[in-house]
Amino acid sequence: MLTAILAISGLAAGFGLLLGFAAVRFRIQGDPVVDQIDALLPQTQCAQCGFPGCRPYAQAIANEGAEINRCPPGGEATIRSLADLLDREPKPLDPERGEEKPPALAIIDEHVCIGCTLCIQACPVDAILGAAKQMHTVIASECTGCELCIEPCPVDCIEMVPEPATPTTWRWPKPADSGTKLVRSRA
Amino acid sequence: MSIERKLWHFHGGLKLPGHKSLSNSVPLDIAPLPSRLVHPLGQHIGSPSEPIVEVGETVMRGQPLSRATGYVCSPVHAASSGTVVSIAPHPVPHPSGLEAECVIIQTDGQDQPYDGYPPLSNYQTLNAPALRARVRECGIVGLGGAAFPTSVKLNAGVGMRLLILNGAECEPYISCDDSLMRYRAVEIIAGAQVMMHALEISQCCVAIEEDKPEAFDSLEAALNRCGDPRIQVTRVPAIYPEGGERQLIEVLTGKQVPAAGIPADIGMLCHNVGTAAAVARAVLYGEPLISRVITITGHGVAQARNLEARLGTPIADLIEYCGGYTDKARHLIMGGAMMGFSLASDAVPVIKASNCLLVGSTEDVKPRAASMPCIRCGECAQACPAQLLPQQLYWHARAEEFDKLEPFHLFDCIECGCCDVVCPSQIPLTQYFRFAKTEIWGRERERRQSDIARERFENRKSRLELAEAERKKRLEAKTRALKKSGSSAASKAAIEEVMARVRAKESAAAPKPRQEEPD
Repeated sequence: MLTAILAISGLAAGFGLLLGFAAVRFRIQGDPVVDQIDALLPQTQCAQCGFPGCRPYAQAIANEGAEINRCPPGGEATIRSLADLLDREPKPLDPERGEEKPPALAIIDEHVCIGCTLCIQACPVDAILGAAKQMHTVIASECTGCELCIEPCPVDCIEMVPEPATPTTWRWPKPADSGTKLVRSRA
Repeated sequence: MSIERKLWHFHGGLKLPGHKSLSNSVPLDIAPLPSRLVHPLGQHIGSPSEPIVEVGETVMRGQPLSRATGYVCSPVHAASSGTVVSIAPHPVPHPSGLEAECVIIQTDGQDQPYDGYPPLSNYQTLNAPALRARVRECGIVGLGGAAFPTSVKLNAGVGMRLLILNGAECEPYISCDDSLMRYRAVEIIAGAQVMMHALEISQCCVAIEEDKPEAFDSLEAALNRCGDPRIQVTRVPAIYPEGGERQLIEVLTGKQVPAAGIPADIGMLCHNVGTAAAVARAVLYGEPLISRVITITGHGVAQARNLEARLGTPIADLIEYCGGYTDKARHLIMGGAMMGFSLASDAVPVIKASNCLLVGSTEDVKPRAASMPCIRCGECAQACPAQLLPQQLYWHARAEEFDKLEPFHLFDCIECGCCDVVCPSQIPLTQYFRFAKTEIWGRERERRQSDIARERFENRKSRLELAEAERKKRLEAKTRALKKSGSSAASKAAIEEVMARVRAKESAAAPKPRQEEPD
């Protein structure tokens, strides 16, 4: 009897130590689920989801059970891939958060800009170049189209223009006449 | 030398009516010089080139208009002398029908040559890098249709065993290579010799489909005259798409190019016959790529024929030279009936990749019936020359499950259109694959963009946090310093001192205005 108790407690203690060691030694840095969600988000950093950026939204989805349909720039494609990843039901985009728009770029009207730097402070990805009382300009290749610079501008000189289509970025359209259903006539 | 060579077969393929006699029954003609030349800056696979001329500048025939911006890039040259009138977006031959940056030249009719490229008739004494540099600066790209920069392909490294010149030209309606082989055989052979020297290859095979006996005879005659035992001309059976690089290599050697690899991986290089002729002209005569042979064909044009046209010639000019449109003209297609794409207008210019212009009637290009559901008959898989499963690819492309397409090797699809032809349900399979490919590339581009945005966002955040932390630290240090020195007497003295300084300044400044008042 005593041997059995000792043996079981010994084993329990041994495995406990092993597990404890493994938990410390093989601890995973960061949160892999958050990273995976973050990788699917468009990184516009526009905060339309109600969280201050894409990563905070990813954390909210992973840890606080936030809805996956709050990202207008990602649109349906992002909702679908998030649903796949998290094994949740895909939902239509939450209309309160905004609507899915084609990608756009911010353009500063350089005749009107007064060089106040407010847009530079608002830009989440440092895509606006300029200094106080100097002309500002948007680095087109870095602009995510988040529209965060529009509101702080005191002279309304920033405009969103749709990203110009070029032959290199153009995509073939999906064939329209697809999947016609065969209607069987019942004779 | 032409000896009977053992041939193999590739999987699938179709025997299609050639419709080549429409255009190859009249001799090769030279198109007249147009009054305006439109040179798109991106005519090749890779990044567009960068203009080096300015509006108003006078340019000579063959003068470079742009410079390469990367390794896989190629410059464009003025096809005739004249004045640069604008560098602006202009419609280009592309399935999108979009505009792209072009250099537009008003020709002066003098056609004065540029002398920047001396002929290298002593090419045997030059090494491979020197020859590659010449091919590169002369803007030569693959003229078979893909327009891949030739100098990159010539940089295949050592150990190449066989150079294949592709004169198969399997696609219906196209006969530009046929025409070139008939009338410019000497240039093709000379180009083969230059390439063999640059690649240190001792064997070259020119492959011609057996429905082009005149081209075969002409090449063989040219070969007999120069008597090069390293080159042989081979007849191959006419099966579409044998002109595909991988298919032709398999027919000639029985070897398959690995799925993710290139022919150089198995010691082979395949160039179009037109590319060989262009290499010969660049090296031996110092002439950059400023013209090419283009087939103008179909029942929608009065006199179908092959034309040697200057690059940049508007297509409308060529059709006018061929007698204009007939009443039957319904479609304007760049490329052949299988792989070509519709053009939105005839204002677009001839570019390096333009091998054929099909002005189709309803009999040339049959209207596609509405597609029916896939019945999984497997005909497409039997016809596929790349040994893919088109029905499976279609399934996932239609459902937009792009991640499932790569295990089925979507990117090995050469878009030959064989599956479209055999599909009993008339499903536009190739268009689904093109849609899926560009969609995957587009998403990949978006992903790279979002990775950059993430990095920039994180960097900004950490920079702001650091600045905030530093500010706090400074503030704390200040408060601490103030507290330490903090006896009220000391601070009172400090305030007194500042006040005294201000008063002194005021009294010094005060007399000044009074002095000025009398004036």
